[in-house]
Amino acid sequence: MTKEILDKKDVERAIARMAHEIIEKNKGVKSLCLVGIQRGGVHIARRLSAKLKEIEGKNIPVGSLDIALYRDDINVRKEQPVVRRTEVPCEIKNKKVVLVDDVLFTGRSIRAAMDAVMDFGRPSAIQLAVLVDRGHRELPIKADFVGKNVPTSLTETVKVQLEEDGLDDKVVIE
Amino acid sequence: MSLKSKDLVGIKELESEDIELILDTAAGFKDVLGRDIKKVPALRGMTTVNLFYEPSTRTRTSFELAAKRLSTDVINFSVSTSSVVKGETLKDTALTIQALGADFIVIRHSCSGTAHFLANNLDASVINAGDGTNEHPTQALLDLFTIREKKGRINELEIAIVGDILHSRVAKSNIYAFKKLGAKVRLIGPPTLVPDYMKEIGVDIFSDMDKGLKDVDIIMMLRIQMERQGKGFFPTTEEYFMNWGLTAERLSRAKKDAIVMHPGPMNRGVEISSDVADGRRSVILEQVTNGLAVRMAVLYLLSGVRT
Repeated sequence: MTKEILDKKDVERAIARMAHEIIEKNKGVKSLCLVGIQRGGVHIARRLSAKLKEIEGKNIPVGSLDIALYRDDINVRKEQPVVRRTEVPCEIKNKKVVLVDDVLFTGRSIRAAMDAVMDFGRPSAIQLAVLVDRGHRELPIKADFVGKNVPTSLTETVKVQLEEDGLDDKVVIE
Repeated sequence: MSLKSKDLVGIKELESEDIELILDTAAGFKDVLGRDIKKVPALRGMTTVNLFYEPSTRTRTSFELAAKRLSTDVINFSVSTSSVVKGETLKDTALTIQALGADFIVIRHSCSGTAHFLANNLDASVINAGDGTNEHPTQALLDLFTIREKKGRINELEIAIVGDILHSRVAKSNIYAFKKLGAKVRLIGPPTLVPDYMKEIGVDIFSDMDKGLKDVDIIMMLRIQMERQGKGFFPTTEEYFMNWGLTAERLSRAKKDAIVMHPGPMNRGVEISSDVADGRRSVILEQVTNGLAVRMAVLYLLSGVRT
């Protein structure tokens, strides 16, 4: 069974609102750096950056973070996660880093991402933006900016598909 | 994606997709090596033992650093100060190290087949760092990585390997690797060191260096082991250099954008002239850097097969 929870328009609105919230919370976009968690988070981070530019007229750098080497399940999984390139286009030191992911679930990816970011320097703050928060946290982690809160059961999966991957924007639960 | 074997004993045993996976993964690790903090927590809690029965500085150091960058603990097992001098067998030594909790055993030995033997007798992942005249798989992988970085591909490249092919485990691993990835290989050297029967593995053989280097994309020089001198393979190192040493003039026979490689350690003035070794076309030091990334990739991928 598939249920659509966000369509193309909803995704666009959610990202626009999150961009406004990021500006509001940070009182502008000064010292801001967006870092998307590969792979879904990177697309969302780019869209947020474009929206921020639309509103504030400034270019906000977007990084792309691979967390494979920081995961906590490396000795548990049957296969090692694929190692991809990490690109952080700006100095992290003293920046406000907004981590961006498509779906927030257990919080373990975010823990790994925070450790990975810290290895690039000491940010003045790390904030978290996610398109969908589906609950079921296993770590004390909370998002600062949420596109949509979606209550789910553990047996369901949340799928975010985006134009960047050649599909129509939408979020579905299966 | 994952490797199929818990061990890396040779290129011969790998399929081309395994090789591609290692090279792709190494690209991610090369990134890590360019950062301020060059260490990642991926394999913390695991242990790597370097078991070297032959002298080596660069390979051992490279493995040691690769293992440390991945946060494993590293023990360098020095054969000269161990129970090996009291007569302990290789298998007993390896089992003892395994019983201490080693996850990876990196082995170098003068006997061909040592890595296979240990791989079959241990639960730990065995990585071949050179066994006799058989294979030196991580050297071939770092060479492939370097070539792919410079040329964007391996397929269809013309690659010349020059020197003592007969005794070279580096050459053997590279020949297997290049053939698997679709490159054309030619071997150049004196007939005593490049025997004619090697044609059977699908390579061209040249004893005339000038002819052999014509239009190649890659020139891979091998070290001439000094101990081979005076054993009838070639008269003197001077004469060897005259016939098979890589000079700027000889380099001009290759393609304009050809690169020069050498696994080290080099004998300047024997197989390669200093101006070529230090020249613009030489990627010899990049090979060393890439070796770290490739060895990190191998350790990381093998750790996934074991768990």
